[in-house]
Amino acid sequence: MADTPGIAFQILQSVFVVLAAPLLLGWANQCRAWLQNRSAPSILLPYRTLAKLFHKDAVIAKNASALFRLTPYVVFGCMWLAAGIVPVLATDLPFAPAADIIALVAVFALARVFSALAAMDIGTSFGGLGARREMLIGFLAEPAMLMTLFTAAFISGSTQFNTIVETLGNREFAIDPSLAFAAAAFLMVALAENARIPIDNPTTHLELTMIHEAMILEYSARHLALIEWAVAIKLFAYVSIGIALFAPWGIAEAGNWSALPLAFAALAVKLTLAGAGLALVETLLAKLRLFLAPEFLSTAFLLAVLGMLTHFLTQG
Amino acid sequence: MEITLILGTPLAGALLLALVGHKRWAPELNALMSLVTLGAAGLLTARVISEGPITALQEQFFVDPFNVFLVALTAFVGFTTALFSRPYMRIEEHHGRVNPARLRLYHSMYQLFSFTMVLCLLSNNVGILWVALEGATLSTVLLVSLYRTPASLEAAWKYFILCSVGIAQALFGVILLYFAAEKVLGAGGTALLWTHLYEVRTQLEPTVLSLAFVFLLVGFGTKVGLVPLHNWLPDAHAEGPTPISAVLSGLLLNVALYAVVRSKVLVDGALERNFSGALMMGFGLLSVVIAAFFLSRQKDIKRMFAYSSIEHMGIMTFAFGMGGPVAAFAGLLHMSVHSLTKSAIFFTVGHATQTTGTQNMADIRGLIEQSPTIGWGLALGTLAILGMPPFGVFTSEFMVLTTAMHEHPWATPFLLVALGVAFAAIFGKVQPMVFGEASARRLPHPPALVPVFAHLAIVLVLGLYIPPYLVGWYRQAAAFIG
Amino acid sequence: MDQTFSGQLVNLFAAFLLLIAFAMLSQRRVLTLIRLFAWQGAALAASTLIVAYSTGQTHLYFSAALAVLLKVMLIPWVLHRLIDRLQVRWDVETLINIPATMLIGIGLVIFAFALAAPISEMANTVTRSTLGIANASVLLSFLMMIVRRKAVPQVIGFLAMENGLFFAATSATYGMPLVVELGVALDVLVGTFIFGIFFFHIREQFDSLDIRHMEKLKED
Repeated sequence: MADTPGIAFQILQSVFVVLAAPLLLGWANQCRAWLQNRSAPSILLPYRTLAKLFHKDAVIAKNASALFRLTPYVVFGCMWLAAGIVPVLATDLPFAPAADIIALVAVFALARVFSALAAMDIGTSFGGLGARREMLIGFLAEPAMLMTLFTAAFISGSTQFNTIVETLGNREFAIDPSLAFAAAAFLMVALAENARIPIDNPTTHLELTMIHEAMILEYSARHLALIEWAVAIKLFAYVSIGIALFAPWGIAEAGNWSALPLAFAALAVKLTLAGAGLALVETLLAKLRLFLAPEFLSTAFLLAVLGMLTHFLTQG
Repeated sequence: MEITLILGTPLAGALLLALVGHKRWAPELNALMSLVTLGAAGLLTARVISEGPITALQEQFFVDPFNVFLVALTAFVGFTTALFSRPYMRIEEHHGRVNPARLRLYHSMYQLFSFTMVLCLLSNNVGILWVALEGATLSTVLLVSLYRTPASLEAAWKYFILCSVGIAQALFGVILLYFAAEKVLGAGGTALLWTHLYEVRTQLEPTVLSLAFVFLLVGFGTKVGLVPLHNWLPDAHAEGPTPISAVLSGLLLNVALYAVVRSKVLVDGALERNFSGALMMGFGLLSVVIAAFFLSRQKDIKRMFAYSSIEHMGIMTFAFGMGGPVAAFAGLLHMSVHSLTKSAIFFTVGHATQTTGTQNMADIRGLIEQSPTIGWGLALGTLAILGMPPFGVFTSEFMVLTTAMHEHPWATPFLLVALGVAFAAIFGKVQPMVFGEASARRLPHPPALVPVFAHLAIVLVLGLYIPPYLVGWYRQAAAFIG
Repeated sequence: MDQTFSGQLVNLFAAFLLLIAFAMLSQRRVLTLIRLFAWQGAALAASTLIVAYSTGQTHLYFSAALAVLLKVMLIPWVLHRLIDRLQVRWDVETLINIPATMLIGIGLVIFAFALAAPISEMANTVTRSTLGIANASVLLSFLMMIVRRKAVPQVIGFLAMENGLFFAATSATYGMPLVVELGVALDVLVGTFIFGIFFFHIREQFDSLDIRHMEKLKED
């Protein structure tokens, strides 16, 4: 399977996700600005921010351990890996066998654990607070995420992402209520996992409410740049997972160069829509109080379970 | 023709009394309407006796020995209760507990309730039966809260919510029944017609029907007042006007049980084992035992007799659950005598509470001394309901007990203990009310006690001698249920 | 329309119905509750319409129209009027906290599905999942009636229960005979009005629509 075109596709996709991820973030921010009647920032702003941060000198707290310095690289690596193995452009990539849904959730969890440890490493109050909140959200979001993915896995009969996408992408068109439930649950989990409204607000540093920002408060320069980049890639990865599960049409097969333009076009359309949708959601909803987050995520879990039950009921 | 008259009279009465129900002569009009219904029921009965079962109006209505006897009973008790309510409601008005507007509501709803009762019984369509039974709740719920006291509102709210929820379960049962029937009879009108369902009952899908029966039993059982679905019953009986307590106990519970028995017949046809019978016996026995033990704890006289109704409905449910011609015969007989006796008791209780001004049994004393007819009526009625020979209740309970001893010996001790407990509780409480020092006041209108003694006389006759045509009638119905 | 496709559409609406049942269970505001109830009615009407179209049962068009008229327009309007007149726009209080209610709800759904499974096996309709879902939404409405303290949400729970039953009737059996459906609709309508009358009586007596005031009648 690891033939040359396959490897070429894998490299192409890996490079593509890293480069395209900030664009998605920029697009979403731009849309949000439009919706909120503000003058929109450039779509390329995330790139400029990254470049700016990479040119600065890093300041690191005296009592920071090696873990603190290591974490940005680990987080970036995890996100890159995740985005690289999810079928974004093509199925049947050489790394695809690694893209098991359980493994994928574990990769995200690994990044989370490192972020939380690094946040506590400095010993500031905000770091600890953010880490605790992050773990609370993660603790609630992960089961829901797994349930959502399992619903898709049950439908296609495999926990391999590759197989799921191929099954869902190539079958006859059918409205499946269980997938609708799973999609709703996935949307909620994705919002929570990416620290978006209504769970967290990525644009504020208000100490009472922030979760993700509280954890990375002590980072600067290249470390911060890596983390911000990882955030963008994470969003990209989640959107890709969503697309792969619920709208997998138009994806190419590894080695099939002729299908690639179509795959790119389809992806571009889907990502554009997803970014606009994210902006819409963030404009319409208000941030929930932290104590309502469990309710939000338990609803997501409930939807995922319902999706699974409906699947058993309809398919018997 | 008779069917149109039976159904049309109370409906017309409801409309008419909605306009003139507050007039001075409205109670008489109410009684007259009920009398016409009774006459029509008598004609119908005569026709069914001579011609056998009939259907009418494109099979939407049908009459067989089982429901015609209940129609006659319903019309009769409806009429006598209307007679009783005439002075009763006048006294209530005199005491200032009701105003003309509420009297209008009362009279109109009384007729509407009669209409839903006969519609339930005569309808061949299981769906319409459901609609009518829900209509019975709707028409009586505002009567339970007629006095607008906090307690009566609470009772009515409970009655409404519990019965509506219960009856919603029954609707699910009806849907399941239709679901099963549709496969055999095809979609459309006939798949819910009882006569058609009865013919194909052996071909209906057993799994669906057993599930349907559970829902139907829970739903209609709520209306029957089966424990543990009985919570609304004592409250609604205690807080509403007494004529309403009388018709709830005497008619509504019977009709709900009729619906259960109808469902049972279908399910028994479809199922091999005695699934429905076992369920009904269980519910029935539980009701008898629980109600008997609650009897001794009552302070309110109407609540006590409401629990007694639960107990008796339990006995009937148990009897129908046992099945077989004798038990079904006993169940039908018990239905008639309980209905007559219990409404007679409520009539006397109504006047007794009016003379003493309280429903608290500790404050009611010396009824015989003050008003011999009320006192004797209550004493005799109580003896009758407790199953003393020679009243008819004794006959039917005796038949139930002997059949139980024969077929389900394990159940007999429960029944005997419950009956004993009920006897001790009720007798112990009624005795000082009837005898003892008088504590009563004079009524502004003469009480109507003819219905009481008429009912008790019939019950007495049924205990001594059941006329042969009635026996034939019960036998036919019992064979059909059995 | 192709049978499979219409079946899938009905399934989708069934899922939507279940979703709304859960949304109602988790909802804290009365006004939103009423809006959800109207949406449920709309989903019901839409699925009835699809069944009517795909099976050619003309009387189902009538049922769908009835559903729109009664459940999407009339009853929500009456409820709106009522809470305006009674000025009871309070947040709904629940007896159990909402996540716990949801978990119980999931349990109920599993129970309902298990109950309906043997029946779905033998359903020849394309919409075999619907009985289970209808059963589940009936039970969820029942749960809602139990966990809510105020009178209005209880009534909405009751009406939602009736929606579930209506759905069972139309999608699992392709509709009950029209005369029965009309009777049921009449009962529901009259019931709603009586509930409305009751609200005023209760408030007159207790100065509140809290059911807790109505727990006096008990066995000692």
